[in-house]
Amino acid sequence: MSDSDLTTHLLGTAGEDAGCEETLSRLAEYVEGELSGREMAEPFPAVAQHLRNCPACAEDYRGLVELLRRRDI
Amino acid sequence: MLVREGTPDAPARRREPDVESRTWIEELRATGVERSGALDRLHDLLLRAARAEAHRRRHLYPEIAGVELDDLCRQAADDAVVAVTAKLDGYRGESRFTTWAYAFAIFEISVKLRRHAWRRGGIPTADDDTTWDRLAERAGTVEAGAGIESAELLGALRRAITEELTARQRQVFVAVALNDIEIDVVADQLSSTRGAIYKVLHDARMKLRRRLEREGHLTQKGAR
Repeated sequence: MSDSDLTTHLLGTAGEDAGCEETLSRLAEYVEGELSGREMAEPFPAVAQHLRNCPACAEDYRGLVELLRRRDI
Repeated sequence: MLVREGTPDAPARRREPDVESRTWIEELRATGVERSGALDRLHDLLLRAARAEAHRRRHLYPEIAGVELDDLCRQAADDAVVAVTAKLDGYRGESRFTTWAYAFAIFEISVKLRRHAWRRGGIPTADDDTTWDRLAERAGTVEAGAGIESAELLGALRRAITEELTARQRQVFVAVALNDIEIDVVADQLSSTRGAIYKVLHDARMKLRRRLEREGHLTQKGAR
């Protein structure tokens, strides 16, 4: 692990962070946008930042992406 | 709860939902048989979503299976239905209604799986030498030459934790950042929520960053 990896692991990344609740409230729009090919980190930089800093919300994000890719739900 | 002060993200826009989404909203706002039917369908939908998500995470929790797992999925669907109906006015049509509702089911099953799996009881509250030795080992073993800088950084961080953080911030930072305890588990142990614990962690990280920047320990690369 490099110094920058260690710093990121311990201190997260610097910048505006939307937090868990706002991220959850915008996750559906964010994921649908991404799956339609849009770069959602541009209109939602603070949500993108949160998904880099919060492993729990990042895992929920991956779950929603996976769920929407399925056709049998 | 926002953990930031500014609002750089585009404000939520209220759009006209698609026909299916509008039908969901109308039926969930109705009364009597129409509403109870919609609630049943919503529960079925969110139960399937919770089961799918539990299946996706099965490698993380191999010890939870069968009736025990299905019970957690049902609890997650129950709680997700409650959350969706309570927050119905917050649905603004930016996505399909079902996508919006799925997010609650995924959140609920993820929290329940983590909390259920954590049965060792208690979270580490002190940053003892073992914790720092483990971090130093992780820091120094991958990148040649990183050892000395990492040791200095970790030493400075350890002092900053003691001198800059409140007791609550120290407790959360030690558990989540230093010992990799999942936020949902810490939230459960401290009778709190993911969002509230993340806010404490975020504030602690910002304090520590500022201190380490003042002392010259964070380079441009490390300060990203």
